[in-house]
Amino acid sequence: MAAVVSLTHLLQDRRLWRGQPASMPASTEPTGHTLLDAALHTGGWPEAALIEVLHPADGVGELRLLLPTLARLTQAGRDVALIAPPYVPYPTAWAAAGIDFQHVQIIDANARQALWASEQCLRSGCLSAVLCWPQQVDDRALRRLQVAAESGRALGFAFRDLRAARNPSPAVLRLQLEGEQISVLKCRGGLPPARPIPFPHSLH
Amino acid sequence: MLWACVLLPHLALDGVLRRHAEPDRPLVLVSGPAQRRVLVAVNDAAAQGGLHRGQSLGAAQALAADLTLVEYDADQVARWQQFLAAWAYRYSSQVSIAFPGAIALEIAGSLSLFGPWPRLQARLREELAVLGFRHRIALAPTASAAWVLSGHHDGLTVTTPAHLQRALCAVPLRRARLPNNAAIALDKMGLRDLGKLFSLPRAALAKRYGPELLTHLDRIRGQQVEVLPLYRPPDVFDARIEFNYEVSNSQVLLFPLRRLIGDLAAYLSGRDGGVQRFLVRLEHDDHPDSEVVIGLLTPERNAGVLFDLAKGRLEQITVPAPVRGMRLLARELPPFVPAVGELFDGRAQQAMPWTQLRERLRTRLGNASVYTLTAAAEHRPERAWRRVQEATTSTVCAVQSPRPTWLLARPIPLRDARLRLLAGPERIESGWWDGGDAQRDYYVIETAIGQRAWAYCPAGDVGPFMLHGWFA
Repeated sequence: MAAVVSLTHLLQDRRLWRGQPASMPASTEPTGHTLLDAALHTGGWPEAALIEVLHPADGVGELRLLLPTLARLTQAGRDVALIAPPYVPYPTAWAAAGIDFQHVQIIDANARQALWASEQCLRSGCLSAVLCWPQQVDDRALRRLQVAAESGRALGFAFRDLRAARNPSPAVLRLQLEGEQISVLKCRGGLPPARPIPFPHSLH
Repeated sequence: MLWACVLLPHLALDGVLRRHAEPDRPLVLVSGPAQRRVLVAVNDAAAQGGLHRGQSLGAAQALAADLTLVEYDADQVARWQQFLAAWAYRYSSQVSIAFPGAIALEIAGSLSLFGPWPRLQARLREELAVLGFRHRIALAPTASAAWVLSGHHDGLTVTTPAHLQRALCAVPLRRARLPNNAAIALDKMGLRDLGKLFSLPRAALAKRYGPELLTHLDRIRGQQVEVLPLYRPPDVFDARIEFNYEVSNSQVLLFPLRRLIGDLAAYLSGRDGGVQRFLVRLEHDDHPDSEVVIGLLTPERNAGVLFDLAKGRLEQITVPAPVRGMRLLARELPPFVPAVGELFDGRAQQAMPWTQLRERLRTRLGNASVYTLTAAAEHRPERAWRRVQEATTSTVCAVQSPRPTWLLARPIPLRDARLRLLAGPERIESGWWDGGDAQRDYYVIETAIGQRAWAYCPAGDVGPFMLHGWFA
């Protein structure tokens, strides 16, 4: 018979993993959406990470998700960059959302150069958030962006088509926007919430 | 007054070698008429092969097979002296190139800024070594004495008149830089050093060798005030490298480019200025020169940053013919204001300031590709924004009605069978005076898949709609 081992000894020994993750420190980058903050185990955007936003079409609220974050960053005087945005940002509407457009830098580039520019911007450390729209991007390119975001301590947002949801991705957080709700497909270090988070249109 | 003299014994050779890709191969400078070419200077590799200055070219070529010959160019040597004076100018406002092959600088006024002389001297030596010039340095109360002493003993430091007298007495006459070949005549008379010369009667010396000798002796002892023409830095940087061979590979051009930009950075920091726009001109034999213009948004003077930018531009161009020479011209030299960093910056260690990142992006993507938008006081959405390079505060005209975050660069027809009108119409009618007349009714529309569109139709109608933006 094996000697009887007391449970407290085992726990003190620290060789036993109890399956309860240590509580993550609260994120310093709140999303600005109370329900989303509550659903994410980090309590906000994961810091220094690549975040994927998957949406079925343009104009379903993919920017609305970020506007509070961008407003908070630009008002604090920190620069954000838009790499090859698909449309022209309308300064009046952005200003109405509280964004100081002086701190929004826009970079025009073709698809291949845009990836390079995104990586440079993320890695530089002088931009607090980088928004990019990578097209036909592979796992390796996304991983490069993720590493760049980590080394530059910046928030990287990659907007991609919903079809990319089937493929795995190295992004720390993957959000899917569909029909006025957000589903968390992946969040590193925690369990994705089982239910989608309501994300109603504020307009009307 | 304390004068430091930087003697450059191999100025002509170092000037050639620092621009040479393989300085370890035997190389000699030649001069003289075509019938009697003689070596003016030889590098270490050539000296090991038994070559020495004054040798005839024929004898030299018999001794060393793969010898690189470079024509001695007196103008080029003068330019190097000018360049080093520009470099020395950052340590003193009184720099003189009156002595051949030497730079004299007054440093008594600079010591409080650059630290005691041993530290400043180490710094001078270190920077000269990086620039690629062999040198001898001496310090003395008069410029002429520093010049004489630098030829006698490298690193000699003399600060008091009594010490100067002693140090000068020990200098051999052939190194005392006496005028009119007086040294040879005096040597033949059995005089070996300056101490003996000082003890001779002045009247007899003047009678025999002219007043120049006495003036020189008085100046080195500080008994007569000397007035030196002082160097003034030029307002334009212009440097050129000529290749002995044709270069058709852009990688090979990077080495001379790095040298030129290093020189530019040295010049800029001497001026305490930056460069905003410079030009690299690639010279071809039978084509017009190709020019690469490097323009920056803010003045910069860091050699590494400037080299990266120039390299990026250079890699993009295709040259029509092999390159024979490279020239760097910088005319716009505005004052340089260093970026102010925060003392306790929480950002990443290797953070690159936005100005540098912007230049890097512009280099690769094009000058107009990095911009920001500013709102314009205008109701027509297509004219309500302007691209600007540098962010400015703008007054946004307050609009009560909803505006989309995305605008389409040009409106497209919105074709969807199941459109749902959410808001509108909002009439925008403007621009009859400038040719861009617009009379539109804007609606907020939801498409079948839940997109929020901003679309318009001609004033008064409802449909067909033109899509002009997304409420993303």
